[in-house]
Amino acid sequence: MSQAATVKMIDPAESPLTPESWGKLGMWIFLAGDAMSFGGLLAGYGALRAGSADWPIPQEVLGIQLTAFMTFLLICSSVTMVKGLSAIKHGDQKGMIRFLALTIVGGVIFLGLQAYEWTHLMTAQQITLTSNPYGNYLFGTTFFIITGFHGAHVTGGVIYLTIIALKGSRGKYSAESSDSVEIAGLYWHFVDLVWILVFTFVYLI
Amino acid sequence: MAAHKEPNYMMVFVALTVLTGAEIGVVFMPMSKVVIGFILVILALAKAALVALYFMHLKYEKFALGVIALTPLFLCTLLIFALLPDLTGTKHETQRETASVSETVETK
Repeated sequence: MSQAATVKMIDPAESPLTPESWGKLGMWIFLAGDAMSFGGLLAGYGALRAGSADWPIPQEVLGIQLTAFMTFLLICSSVTMVKGLSAIKHGDQKGMIRFLALTIVGGVIFLGLQAYEWTHLMTAQQITLTSNPYGNYLFGTTFFIITGFHGAHVTGGVIYLTIIALKGSRGKYSAESSDSVEIAGLYWHFVDLVWILVFTFVYLI
Repeated sequence: MAAHKEPNYMMVFVALTVLTGAEIGVVFMPMSKVVIGFILVILALAKAALVALYFMHLKYEKFALGVIALTPLFLCTLLIFALLPDLTGTKHETQRETASVSETVETK
């Protein structure tokens, strides 16, 4: 950025469809495709469950209380994420780092709780990818694949946000140059959004 | 991006928390599964909309971005309808403990 540029330079739009941020557009398009991946998994899960006579009732097998807390945790992490973005947009680098750190911690705790839940299901309850003493083995298959796919996304998000936080601590972002933080935020909110849907369809319904 | 006042993130957070609590409450209500399921879907979509509109800033973005964001919802709805013919009403029983094909019992 040149010394004279204290205001973010926005090129006059070449067309009505030219975005202000190509990176943001790219992330949205990626998220739309990623949403279809989850949509495919969830639709497949729905079809398998609808065609099954011995599918267990999720609330009787899974720990709804723990998962409800995990949902609340991700919602909190989305709040800290958006507050981190707000901070850097106001030029507060330290605030951004602090809120990003909180977001990352929220994600790590979520993963820890997910690991605990998985361990409990596989050892104490004997539900695995291919077995389920409560009924249809596909219950375990779909559960682990869907929550595992989501957990992989959370892990990726934690790594992504850590990189952004490290770059931020080296002064890479500012009020004029905060797009990268916003884009990382979009990914993180997507992870939260998907979990809201997974929680509803896999645990509650 | 239109210049606008920053949304009240804490209000959105409170709304999301209340909706999450409502979802848990609905599960244990003495209503038919279909009605519970329907209400849960509405609550989940409401939460997703709040996250998308306010946290992901969609409310303040260009219309074209909203089209991109809503496309998966449209396509997933199509997907559900595309799968409906595969639900024949025949409910399959499976062997209780393993996925071993030789032991799978199917009743029609």
